[in-house]
Amino acid sequence: MSTKKINISLNGVPHEMEVEPRLLLVHLIREDLNETGTHIGCDTSNCGACTVLLDGRSVKSCTILAVQADGKEISTVEGLAQDGKLHPIQEGFREKHGLQCGFCTPGMMMRIKELLEKNPNPTEEEIRWGISGNLCRCTGYNNIVKATQYAAEKLREAETETVNA
Amino acid sequence: MIPNSFDYASPTSISEAIALLQKHGDEAKILSGGHSLLPMMKLRLAEPEMIIDINNIPDLSYIRESDGYLRLGALTREVELEDSELLRSNYPIFADVTKLIADPQVRNCGTIGGNLAHGDAANDHPAVMLAMNAEVVSQGPNGEKVTHITDFFHGFYMTALEEDEILTEIRIPIPPAGTGSAYTKLERKVGDYATAGVAIQLTMDASGTCTYMGIGLTNVGVKPIKVTRAEELLTGTNLSQDLIDQAAQMASEDCSPSADLRGSEEYKRAMVKVLVRRMIKLAMERARAH
Repeated sequence: MSTKKINISLNGVPHEMEVEPRLLLVHLIREDLNETGTHIGCDTSNCGACTVLLDGRSVKSCTILAVQADGKEISTVEGLAQDGKLHPIQEGFREKHGLQCGFCTPGMMMRIKELLEKNPNPTEEEIRWGISGNLCRCTGYNNIVKATQYAAEKLREAETETVNA
Repeated sequence: MIPNSFDYASPTSISEAIALLQKHGDEAKILSGGHSLLPMMKLRLAEPEMIIDINNIPDLSYIRESDGYLRLGALTREVELEDSELLRSNYPIFADVTKLIADPQVRNCGTIGGNLAHGDAANDHPAVMLAMNAEVVSQGPNGEKVTHITDFFHGFYMTALEEDEILTEIRIPIPPAGTGSAYTKLERKVGDYATAGVAIQLTMDASGTCTYMGIGLTNVGVKPIKVTRAEELLTGTNLSQDLIDQAAQMASEDCSPSADLRGSEEYKRAMVKVLVRRMIKLAMERARAH
């Protein structure tokens, strides 16, 4: 079985790789590119711990082939903070205690990133539906919802400031 | 879990994909959204030697009305069905069904073509398409083939698609004014298969007479089920409560659920009965409002 050459970008850094077609995207990210913030939880597209953005869309990287990412931009939790400053979503998780063990957090945050880009002012129900593909066994979700609301507000404020600037 | 080794091709035209299917026969599988296929490959329940990734074929993703049909390109993602203004305003059954399919990440990948071509009675679109009287368009070496949805599902994971054919479009006849549709499923949690699911599309004329009734059922048999007996009972009537109750009873009799962790056969039949009643009511309300 042959390998295939792919060109991807991970958090803005381009990579040219030679991969086996059966390599899963999450293994490419963790084992070939050594970015281990993205977690493997259930490995069956259930739990959402492996959620990353592929060209801006949240996907479960345990159920995508690395070859399917050819020509695409992958964003992971490592790309959230910019210039040493936490992303508002990360800030929200810290301020509102959105994590306990932290295992689900990277996937949860990447999912919330797309959610807030599509819907900057979600209702609580929309947040809960929005993260329905991400399991958290510690928090009971309440503080994750609050962290999302905190981030949404910060992002809206930043947006207003940019418009007014 | 890692799939067995396979070769991979990502054709950029339908004819190229068909040529690959002809060459590799039953050793090839088409990769669309991949969220049914890849889990099966990771569990080694499926070990295709050739994966034909159709995601780079252009012009297979669209939602439009033309020549009397609502046309959905096979590669249209669930999320696109969910977000479509046209579907939201004119075909509310899609908002009902997409919200209940897996979860947001899976809906970012999963396609309507794959949902049907997989031939799984637990998938949600088959029942919807049975209720909506859809047609399935496929392309093969001999050109285009149109299969009515009632002839599409042949059995467990088996459809009317030949080994060298690709599903390209789903066509739904644009229904007249006075049409309403609705879908729901009973599920234990997000992402679970349906304990039972019910799709309804109905049309009522100005006098309140039902001129079309479509009833499809999810995951209560080896194939998606169209409840023809109940459809015939209700068509031509004024949809009285008594007749709706009788139709719901028929639906619960005409399905063939098997007992599993989601419930006993008896429980699933009872749920079909309840959901058919509720969805007919909801579709009637929507038909009146439309």
